[in-house]
Amino acid sequence: MKKLNKNSLDGFINYGIVIVAFAVIQTAVGMGKMSNILQSLLVPACCYIVMAVSLNLTVGILGELSLGHAGFMSLGAFAGITASVLLQSAIPVGPLRLAVSMLVGAAFGALGGVIVGVPVLRLQGDYLAIVTLAFGQIIQNIIMVLYVGVDENGFHMAAGSEQFHLSAGGTAIIKGPMGAVGVTKLASFTAGFVLILITLLVVQNLVNSRSGRAIMALRDNRIAAESVGINVTKYKLMAFVTSAALAGAAGALWGLNYSSTVASKFNFNTSILVLVFVVLGGLGSIRGSIIAAALLYVLPDLLRQFGDISDYRMLIYAIILILVMLATNNDRLKDLVGRVIPKRKGAASNG
Amino acid sequence: MLKVNDINVYYGAIHAIKGVSFQVNAGEVVTLIGANGAGKSTILNTVCGLLHSQTGSIEFLEQNLGSVPAHKIVERGMAHVPEGRRVFLQMSVEENLEMGAYTQPRAGIAASLERVYQQFPRLKERRKQVAGTLSGGEQQMLAMGRGLMSNPKLLMLDEPSMGLAPILVDQIFDIIRRLHQAGTTILLVEQNARMALSVADRGYVLETGKIVATGTGDELLRDAAVKKAYLGG
Repeated sequence: MKKLNKNSLDGFINYGIVIVAFAVIQTAVGMGKMSNILQSLLVPACCYIVMAVSLNLTVGILGELSLGHAGFMSLGAFAGITASVLLQSAIPVGPLRLAVSMLVGAAFGALGGVIVGVPVLRLQGDYLAIVTLAFGQIIQNIIMVLYVGVDENGFHMAAGSEQFHLSAGGTAIIKGPMGAVGVTKLASFTAGFVLILITLLVVQNLVNSRSGRAIMALRDNRIAAESVGINVTKYKLMAFVTSAALAGAAGALWGLNYSSTVASKFNFNTSILVLVFVVLGGLGSIRGSIIAAALLYVLPDLLRQFGDISDYRMLIYAIILILVMLATNNDRLKDLVGRVIPKRKGAASNG
Repeated sequence: MLKVNDINVYYGAIHAIKGVSFQVNAGEVVTLIGANGAGKSTILNTVCGLLHSQTGSIEFLEQNLGSVPAHKIVERGMAHVPEGRRVFLQMSVEENLEMGAYTQPRAGIAASLERVYQQFPRLKERRKQVAGTLSGGEQQMLAMGRGLMSNPKLLMLDEPSMGLAPILVDQIFDIIRRLHQAGTTILLVEQNARMALSVADRGYVLETGKIVATGTGDELLRDAAVKKAYLGG
């Protein structure tokens, strides 16, 4: 029981950090103390935080490597954009339409998760990494040739521009290699903030539940988990699909934050970037993912502001990544942290 | 209680278990002994649903386990303590035991925990300790205790003496004897034939996937062929 309280306290601290950060940033924006460049980074930063926390569920808590998290984001983005155009007349209120679009994005992300997860999560070994890697590429290639539009005859979808015919009054939503264009921007920082809170609510409640303990037992020792009667496939799928759905919602928010979005935005590099956030933030640490995603996403653009050295910003970014890795693996530093915060997990036991 | 009838198990093209039949009656300690690769663990894994037999049947409490998945078999009252002390290394002793009661109603967990602590006082001393820091013998006790948390009707132990010092092996077998006296039905798979036969009511000797001898523990201990092959003359 004591353990449970500690976990929920940990969760409340996470909510607290997010809420305080939101309040501070909103005040800074209101007082005009924030540059336009920084302001434009707020929504994508929220998306990346959600991506990192949700990937942490798969990689850190379930212990399966996924290399195609951006694929689920992509599914969510284009599904969300399509939904927002189709619902334009049905739901005129922007924020509500955004919420519904994000739900659609989440549903498509979850669907992708089920399609990938059902066959692959039954296997033992690193197959999930291989298949998700391919999945990310497949989604990107499908959207490259996908044409979606709507006119007075209804909804049109085709693979390739030859079969895609809209009447003069119709709207094309996704135009193959050009991606989604002319999107009405619905996303706002507040929406991103709410999405982060929902993500934390979902992930933290899952982790601290009975199911969450089953998922972590699987990660620790699959054979032992099976021998105490845990349904391996069910719990693996539960974590993986939840993770994919949250990525889908983040994708929808991302898609509705720009007037145009191309499929190549959600490529392998994006998946790896999110994985870097998760690993540097600490596998299994929700708070680490939030902080790492926020800082590391904003960092390259902050470096851009320093006139002369801006040419080297990616170099500096890489050096900072390496320094963080070295610092967090340094035994002396760990010792020091252990002495300052005596009860820090991992500092005292099984080092 | 457990009736295994003519099972054949294959790993790809390898015919690992060739028409094995045996049974375990309520209250008995039955042991399967044999050398490395004889198929002992394969039989246990088949009984608890991790592997599947091509033929024959496995009946537990008069019910066929044919297509019941592994995680459901635990609910029916069979606990499997896998080979090699598979404990959850990052959880505490108490959390490990609680995981063992995963399929049990919440209300009975405290009582089961108390019972297991009675049988394994050492685990009670270390209840808050992380399982990864326990010694090998303590981890084996923890794995057995975890198996008992589901109040099993049948406890299956896969090589509990593996990789333990002789004094710890003695302790583990003392525990098996105590569990037997308390009425637990046990199916014990062992390489340490002498120890296993000394605690068992009955035993089966496996050789390359076939049962080659059977009898009471004492009979097998005295059997000339068994002596020569497994007990060192």
